[in-house]
Amino acid sequence: MSGKPVPEPTPETQPFWDGCARGELMLQRCRACGRPYFYPRPVCPACGSTDVEWFAASGRATLYSYVINHRPAPGFEADAPYAIAVVELAEGPRLMTNIVGVPNTPEDLVLDMALEVTFEPRGGMSVPMFTPAGKALAS
Amino acid sequence: MTSRSGVIIAGAAETDAIGRLPDKSTLQLHVEAAVNAVADAGLTLRDIDGLATVSAPGPVQVAHALGITPTYLDGTGVGGTSFLLHVRHAAAAIRAGYARTVLITHGESGRSRVGAAPFPRGGSSIPAQFEAPYGTMGPTTAFTIPVLRYMKEYGLTHEQLAYVAVAQRTWAARNPRAMFRDLITVDDVLASRLVAWPFHLLECCLVTDGGGALVVTSADRAGDFPKPAVHVLGTGEASEAPMISQLADFTESRAFRLAGQAAFAEAGISTADVRHLMIYDAFAHVPIYGLEALGFTAKGDAGAFIADGNTEPGGRLPLNTNGGGLSYTHTGMYGMFAIQEGVRQVRGEAPAQVADADISVVLGNGGMFATAGVLVLGRENR
Repeated sequence: MSGKPVPEPTPETQPFWDGCARGELMLQRCRACGRPYFYPRPVCPACGSTDVEWFAASGRATLYSYVINHRPAPGFEADAPYAIAVVELAEGPRLMTNIVGVPNTPEDLVLDMALEVTFEPRGGMSVPMFTPAGKALAS
Repeated sequence: MTSRSGVIIAGAAETDAIGRLPDKSTLQLHVEAAVNAVADAGLTLRDIDGLATVSAPGPVQVAHALGITPTYLDGTGVGGTSFLLHVRHAAAAIRAGYARTVLITHGESGRSRVGAAPFPRGGSSIPAQFEAPYGTMGPTTAFTIPVLRYMKEYGLTHEQLAYVAVAQRTWAARNPRAMFRDLITVDDVLASRLVAWPFHLLECCLVTDGGGALVVTSADRAGDFPKPAVHVLGTGEASEAPMISQLADFTESRAFRLAGQAAFAEAGISTADVRHLMIYDAFAHVPIYGLEALGFTAKGDAGAFIADGNTEPGGRLPLNTNGGGLSYTHTGMYGMFAIQEGVRQVRGEAPAQVADADISVVLGNGGMFATAGVLVLGRENR
């Protein structure tokens, strides 16, 4: 057990975390206006419709921005310094993540580099992480 | 032209001391600031009929501690800009007749944590599910994330980012109450400890103890107080996203822009009218985002604008003249201190007084670009 925070699903986020357990990155999409969005919630932030559905995203993303944290959060001591990143999914929405499978240095983490999702088991949950495209382990 | 806000700041004061105050609790800091501000207005606590402060310890606790039974309560707690929103809401309440004289208090044992609420951790909130698992540790690890995108899009250099701290120290050097007063160089900033690359320690705000309070009342009483009235000419508030990852564009703050537009429109001013500016500076990039959001520079130009000396003593746009959160003080909710310096400058009583500071603009940040408040303060009612 790593001691890192383990997400606790709520009813509206449960399908996201269930997807992670299956190795799928689940997003929501509005049936009325077609816009995909993240984080999970029962209303479309673009048009206000509550007619929304879940779908499996491609898992492809690009590196949008990050910092390299030198003061580790509890549970992250062995990782420091580590990048806390925001990635832009191929479908448009952005989310926070860590970047794995590559040294977390300014030289190795280049903005707009191609990434793909991978999942880290943690405390009975599965947490989405991103790694340079082509490096993800088969799930 | 008369200010549509219809109110003035009649009293303004900070706690006797700011900095490291391990002998004072959060509530004591509220009380001390309140007593000082009411005295500054030449009033007594019995004259106060409205109370506003953030949720912890909250307006009920502060009002009760002071023996006030308010007819108007505001517990708006949307981060460090909350006090700017309290001024805006107090203006509406006073116009509506809900209260005549509103006291707004801030006290925070941010460094010593005496009588302070614990930092929330864990749980199943949206940020706990979607940010905490990635090792965030407060604003230093999240508020800072957008700047790398800005640097790539607009060519801001590490040296220009560092220079924000250098420029503000030139003001702090003139302010005896500032925590850090020794002049620094870009090399000093870049040689300081890395906190969250690209941010070094000197590009991050202080963590201190202290407080401040304001007395807001109707503008028709402008001549009734010992100090010159500071007219609230315009106000604005706005929000964007509760998590840094969900900002629409990492190179700008929508909340800053919208709050600024509202305040400038209400005041009937443009950037050319502004003689003094305060921008909440939790980190070195925030003044850059603020200058651009308020329209003082074109997009992408604010880093060079600061590095060229425009915001320093003698420059054409004095900015963060108390030294800011980077050098003066930062209790955690810095907005109250930004207002206090705006009031001092308009009154003409600031330690590093700017000439002809007849209009001061204060931009407050809440959370991490999550919320914004803007006040336009003026010596005359326009």
